[in-house]
Amino acid sequence: MRVLVCVKRVPQTGGRIVLTADGQAIDTKFLGFTISPHEECGVEEAVRIIEAQGGESVVLTLGAAAAEEQLRDAMALGVDRAVLLETDGSEWDPVSTAAVIADTIRAQEAAGGPFDLVIFGNESADSGGFQVGIRVAVALGRPVVNGLKGLTLGSGSITARREAAGGGWETYELPTPAIVGVKEGLNLPRYPSVPGRLRAKKKEVERITIGASGSGPAAVSGAPTGPMKSMLRLPQEAESQVEILGRGAEAAPAVVDLLQKIGVVAR
Amino acid sequence: MSGPILVLVELGSGDGAGTADRVSLETLAFARSLADGLGGAPVEALLVGSDASGAAAALGAHGVTTGHVVTDAAIAGAYAPAAWGAALAELAGARGAVAIIGPGTDRGAEVLAHAAARLGAPLAANVLSATPGDSWSVTRQRWAGSLLEDATLDASVRCLTMAPHAVAVDERAGSPAAAVASFAPAIAPADLLVRVTGHEPPSKGSISLTDAKVVVGGGRGVGSAAAFSELEELAELLGAAIGVSRVVTSNGWRPHTQQVGQTGQRIAPDLYIACGISGAIQHIVGCKSAKRILAINTDAESPIMALADYAVIGDLHQVVPAVSAEIRRRAG
Ligand SMILES: Cc1cc2nc3c(=O)[nH]c(=O)nc-3n(C[C@H](O)[C@H](O)[C@H](O)COP(=O)(O)OP(=O)(O)OC[C@H]3O[C@@H](n4cnc5c(N)ncnc54)[C@H](O)[C@@H]3O)c2cc1C
Ligand SMILES: Nc1ncnc2c1ncn2[C@@H]1O[C@H](COP(=O)(O)O)[C@@H](O)[C@H]1O
Repeated sequence: MRVLVCVKRVPQTGGRIVLTADGQAIDTKFLGFTISPHEECGVEEAVRIIEAQGGESVVLTLGAAAAEEQLRDAMALGVDRAVLLETDGSEWDPVSTAAVIADTIRAQEAAGGPFDLVIFGNESADSGGFQVGIRVAVALGRPVVNGLKGLTLGSGSITARREAAGGGWETYELPTPAIVGVKEGLNLPRYPSVPGRLRAKKKEVERITIGASGSGPAAVSGAPTGPMKSMLRLPQEAESQVEILGRGAEAAPAVVDLLQKIGVVAR
Repeated sequence: MSGPILVLVELGSGDGAGTADRVSLETLAFARSLADGLGGAPVEALLVGSDASGAAAALGAHGVTTGHVVTDAAIAGAYAPAAWGAALAELAGARGAVAIIGPGTDRGAEVLAHAAARLGAPLAANVLSATPGDSWSVTRQRWAGSLLEDATLDASVRCLTMAPHAVAVDERAGSPAAAVASFAPAIAPADLLVRVTGHEPPSKGSISLTDAKVVVGGGRGVGSAAAFSELEELAELLGAAIGVSRVVTSNGWRPHTQQVGQTGQRIAPDLYIACGISGAIQHIVGCKSAKRILAINTDAESPIMALADYAVIGDLHQVVPAVSAEIRRRAG
């Protein structure tokens, strides 16, 4: 069994987002980095599948050299090795990203055999394009379904479930090799152990330099890429004036007065 | 005149079965305003469903001139993302569409991604506004709406999904019914491999988080799975659902189905009582549609205070039980 999981390094924003002066990016001077919770569940699933069935798990990212941190994090949880498609740190649009990832999958498979399963997040945390996994699947001609919160591997097939729009669940069957987009809730990811972190330091990161966006295969073929970001802005939020109802348990009567006033508790 | 704007219209489920769903109607309202900017381009719709004809005709009130319906059971019998995407791409080509717009729902986003991938066209997800031109300028949501991106779409067919609840439904009574055209796309067997093969009904009894009028929220400040009994007691008294932060689900204190935020549920209750929740932006995007927020937090400076309407500064383990006791006392 071979499983590939794709993750994207994003800033860990806290209570509020601060942009750089040119409006091109989030100011990350004081921020740490992470991956989407959806992708964390993807990493955990890849590790569990290989623990149960044997084989190899691989984590892949397209990003700046610093994205090695997120690859090591995934390897600390048990992923066997990593591929870093190293950019110059500029932003890559989803069309170009998918084209390069699809090419890389072809090359990895030519060298090491087919991936039974390629796992993406349902959407990236920062850009939220909802498309890279599907574009890769279309490029490779593989079955794909997004939004999964349950995966069961059979022999040669996968049973998957996702939440239905009106409540409840819908199930899908996919023949392997397949591609899936997963959501947080798929599983409960483990925390890294100290031995896991030490082992991760020794694991292999294969670096492939790809440079600036627009240097990828889509640009070469002349197909349209994008959307092309021109500027980031913070949405205008209505400022609310907070009314302090009191401190500690003594505030209880004031709270219940409020609950009665707004009709949540009967008078 | 320009080619049509083609809108993917999803049919509702449950009580709304057989009619267009709400986010699709919002998407049509958006398409109608875009069409005005394109010198009155027609708005056409694609509906997939064995009994979609009635729903298609009714879209006239939402500005649709022609509703194309796919009724072939092989495609319409069960949701099949690749097949629906292929149908949308084929129809866009046949009609010379200048844009394809879908609702920013799970299915809408998925079908548009398939269609865009097949057409070799870029796709902008969760768009709030668009200005046609040689290349189109769009404003779209990032970080689930806590950040906006201005971007350009350069392609002969512009693919977008519409952010849910960004525009109001625009229904005009007395409009002529939409023409209904049956559409039989050429679908390859490979595109029908992935389809819905089964349904599990929602578990009965519990109050749905997304429908609840009152939600009692718990974060790291609750401290343990066991301490949630204090919040459950209050929720029970208020007929409320429980909502939680990601710290709570990551610790395994509560199931992920109760998580509110960017990678959880979006809620819009009349009252959200946020207990021991700091108000990280990824949590806020899930609860900012609440009419009122009451924060219970030891830290008067925590970011949740910037969004809250009311607050109690203090230890939730004292405040929450005291509120429950006071409700019981007044009930007699
Ligand atoms: C891409 C991405 C997606 C994410 N998606 C989500 C999401 O969907 N939902 C989500 O919630 N988070 C999400 N997060 C995580 C988010 O950034 C925060 O880490 C998380 O919301 C913090 O949870 P919290 O408020 O419970 O914990 P903390 O931030 O640790 O806050 C705890 C709060 O409790 C207060 N407190 C402590 N003890 C008490 C007490 N005894 N009484 C009263 N108050 C007390 C503290 O003052 C503090 O304000 C996401 C993060 C990323 C990067
Ligand atoms: N730069 C990247 N490197 C690796 N994987 C990515 C990258 N961008 C997106 N992905 C994957 O594609 C998924 C969907 O991304 P998006 O289409 O941007 O919402 C993400 O959750 C990742 O799994």
